[in-house]
Amino acid sequence: MSDTAKVVVDGVEVEVPRNYSLLQACEEAGAEIPRFCYHERLSIAGNCRMCLVDWVGAPKPIASCAQAVGDMRPDRDGSPPKVSTKSERAIKARNGVMEFLLINHPLDCPICDQGGECDLQDQAVGFGRAASRYEEPKRAVDDKHMGPLVSTVMTRCIQCTRCVRFAAEVAGVEEIGLVSRGEDAQITTYLEASLASELSGNVIDLCPVGALTSKPYSFNARPWELRKTESIDVMDAMGSAIRVDARGAAVLRVMPRINEEVNEEWISDKTRFAIDGLGRQRLDKPYIRKDGKLVPASWDEALGVVAERLKGEASKIAAIAGDLACVEGMKSLLDLMRSLGVSSTDCRQDGAKLGLDASGNMLPRESYLFNSSIMGIDEADAVLLIGTNPRKEAAVLNARIRKNWLHRDMPVALIGEEVDLSYEYTHLGTGSQTLKGIKPGTGVFEALKDVERPMIVLGQSAFAREDGAEILHLASKLAADVGCFKPKTEEDEGWNGFNVLHNAAGRVGGLDAGFLPADDGLDIDGILSGAQEGNVETIISLGADEIVGDAFGNAFVIYVGSHGDEGAHRADVILPSTAYTEKSATYVNTEGRVQRTQRAVGSKGEAKEDWKIFRALSEKIGKPLPYDSIEELRMKLGEDNPAFKGVDYVSTVSDSSIEFPFGLAGDVADAPFGHAIGAFHLTNPIARASKTMAECAELATQHIKAAAE
Amino acid sequence: MSNIRRFDMDAGGSSFSFKQETEAKIAFWLSKYPNERKRSAVIPMLWLAQKDNGGWLSEPAMREVADRLEMAYIRVYEVATFYTMFRMQPVGEFHVQVCGTTPCMLRGSDDLIKVCKSKIGDKGSVGANGKLSWEEVECLGACVNAPMAQINDYYFEDLDETSMAKLLDDFVAGKDPQPGTRIDRQTSAPEGGMTTLLDESLYDGSLARQLTSIPGAPSSVVESAEPDVAVKETASSPKLENNASADKTETEVPKKTENAGKPTLEDTDRPLFLDKPEGEADDLKQVSGIGPKIEATLNELGVFHFSQIADWSKANIEWVNGYLSFKGRVERENWIPQARLLSVGGETEFSRRQSKVSEKGE
Repeated sequence: MSDTAKVVVDGVEVEVPRNYSLLQACEEAGAEIPRFCYHERLSIAGNCRMCLVDWVGAPKPIASCAQAVGDMRPDRDGSPPKVSTKSERAIKARNGVMEFLLINHPLDCPICDQGGECDLQDQAVGFGRAASRYEEPKRAVDDKHMGPLVSTVMTRCIQCTRCVRFAAEVAGVEEIGLVSRGEDAQITTYLEASLASELSGNVIDLCPVGALTSKPYSFNARPWELRKTESIDVMDAMGSAIRVDARGAAVLRVMPRINEEVNEEWISDKTRFAIDGLGRQRLDKPYIRKDGKLVPASWDEALGVVAERLKGEASKIAAIAGDLACVEGMKSLLDLMRSLGVSSTDCRQDGAKLGLDASGNMLPRESYLFNSSIMGIDEADAVLLIGTNPRKEAAVLNARIRKNWLHRDMPVALIGEEVDLSYEYTHLGTGSQTLKGIKPGTGVFEALKDVERPMIVLGQSAFAREDGAEILHLASKLAADVGCFKPKTEEDEGWNGFNVLHNAAGRVGGLDAGFLPADDGLDIDGILSGAQEGNVETIISLGADEIVGDAFGNAFVIYVGSHGDEGAHRADVILPSTAYTEKSATYVNTEGRVQRTQRAVGSKGEAKEDWKIFRALSEKIGKPLPYDSIEELRMKLGEDNPAFKGVDYVSTVSDSSIEFPFGLAGDVADAPFGHAIGAFHLTNPIARASKTMAECAELATQHIKAAAE
Repeated sequence: MSNIRRFDMDAGGSSFSFKQETEAKIAFWLSKYPNERKRSAVIPMLWLAQKDNGGWLSEPAMREVADRLEMAYIRVYEVATFYTMFRMQPVGEFHVQVCGTTPCMLRGSDDLIKVCKSKIGDKGSVGANGKLSWEEVECLGACVNAPMAQINDYYFEDLDETSMAKLLDDFVAGKDPQPGTRIDRQTSAPEGGMTTLLDESLYDGSLARQLTSIPGAPSSVVESAEPDVAVKETASSPKLENNASADKTETEVPKKTENAGKPTLEDTDRPLFLDKPEGEADDLKQVSGIGPKIEATLNELGVFHFSQIADWSKANIEWVNGYLSFKGRVERENWIPQARLLSVGGETEFSRRQSKVSEKGE
């Protein structure tokens, strides 16, 4: 039997794989099939009946989503089966289905948030009647509580069960269900509990009607009023493709864009809902601390103060880049520091021992990237997670691991804190000693070695410790031993299964740009201890908001950032800059994909883009940076590191072998891996300024407490 | 107005545990499925939980089932709300399910509902001091005995306003009424007695057996796994009494216990056996149902000829069934008619095929 089957759709013959559904075949042939319950990334339910087509010779119209092309018998004369999507019977069938769907659907489009982007609305125009023939009372359903993110109007629900299937299949948290039956069937969570998944917001996009809508966005705007800007997310290191919808100066919502290679079409709740933080706690003018109080100042004044400080002794100046810093900002700050002779620069805010070897030389990119690429997860045959909780650190990436686990039975093992990852895994141990114990002959080692594409994923908690470099050495050696590095050959495209999972959007960009201590410069630990001891007197913090309390000692702190968060509270001078939705900036995601955000709204108040601040500062100091526009800056970036030459993904798998292991050979301390991030909803200044995220975090802690009881 | 079925959270309390004696049943149901598919047992498990919780399913009971089957609560909740046999509100000690589907409705189920309303209260309420509750259900598949109602696990059939009222009174009084029909008829046979197959000589009579009690019904003390054991030889009582009196139950019990004992060779009911075949032994395998193994067993007992089997009386058949643990095979496989035919030199469809096979083999 051949792998493909032919089918004639509306007179167009197409040859498609046998496992295609008829709906897919029809689309292949250019026919448009209306649907509600069918979704490419979910299992097939076949319960809305909107995709009915007419199979010539069949007694009834058939649901094309549930009909496999391979199962269709040929026509009587042996020719491929003929399907009509436009015949009178097909149209009439759909009209009938639409009429039934609309029987109980309220006519409240004018007050419905889905209005203007509603599948039912659109298809009712195509297939509905001009007026209803239904005179009996309509069904009404109580609204269900689903938490602070999803607002429900359940009378509008058409029971397509997309949300049920999403929660069970993609998110892996079985929490939505269709209870009761027939006329009484309703979608609900168990006893109306709040949704607990980090991906729960996606049900809003999946809902073809206005039953599940965004709670924070409710009654805010109509889709046609919004300015849509395609951009990149910075809430985690995945660089998910997003669309920023804004009206005036306000970002009203964030929606996912399809990028098969990164986020498919999902985004995490933080990506979607942290945006109300963009309008709160914003720094909109420069401040200077006078007599212990921050007082507003002019740019000229503030830059003057900073320039004066920076003219001091270079060895007593340091710069730290935070998690949300863009490449342009870091590059211009770095160039400025180097021109002043400052060598103490670090972008590894959490102290991860990545990027540099023991003697201070740059390690190859492969040592800190998610080398297999995110899409490579689909091909992996076995995964070992070390010191990471991908569900919290990169929720959408975790859904990919789950997908592979679900559909291909990929085995997963974890060294680190035992957590709920939404799929089953073997918990090997909690710390570095377990990692050390993986030697030839042990079950895990052999399991990884036996498969074609083994994968090792290391989280930041594996590196952000004293012996991080030794762990990097140990893990990369293990990766090499089990065959994670397979060079590209003519037959094989190669494989690199050594993966570092970052959780800060700016981190890889910073490492690529070389925002690391140079020569005898101090790293983050050195800078902070130097600040305590008084050896470091001036620190420029580019949004380094995870360094809290009095870690800066008595140093003079110049904070460049967008939000009045930890960093700003401690600052002596604040230079306000823009957030990711307000600038075109380069970010490199955990797999080394260079991407750019787009400016969706204007900057707040007097805030300026990071690189412009440093360019102006360099002018003030009298050592102007060699670029006057962002294009020139990007040219410079490309010259210094070829990775920045284009906006694209370049595979790290090449035909040459990689020099491994990375890191430092040595003994590791017997300590468990901690967690790289605490509360999922509060990982960066934007999320911390968001009311929605605060609510979610509150719920999450209750959830953990309840689970512990 | 939607009427979603919701848990009565207050009445459900905060905990539930299965009764000790239920554990064996749970183990039985779980043993039917591989461990990784144990969620297949969700419906029987919910049913057992409902039984152990006084006839309705509380939220803690549902969670207990979910935990045991390692299922998400919402998945079990979906099942529990889908099937109306799972009740999520407290019910009385005796829960009455009145069939209100067309045949019962035409035969007067409205009257039964009226009785329920007056004696118990509105649908869904628990009345008579927690003894009774009622609901209207769809067809229970006993249309021939319409109108009917199911009370706990048993059917009470051919009801009318009076008998329904009496039935409910009896339950409240703790009388434990016999299930079954309430009028002059045997199970679902014609009212007033049989109208066809009255002459037993037209057939072997085995089909005209009369049930004196319903196996496993509330008043039967001995649960019988073998329905045939409960068969009464003398067909004297054509119907069940409306109110099964206590003494009747008592007289029944010893008889059943007696019958339940395994027959021995000393029994008078045993058929006639021969020490050796008279002349050549018949090929008993020509009887459909008798294979080489059974043939050997029969030969050992002293059964060699079709004519012997053909002569077995009903008592003999009982004895053979019991002695050889055949569980009614003799009747089910029609050994007697076959043997009758074969003993007079006739042949059956099966014996024709058998001989063809043996010819080919030779």
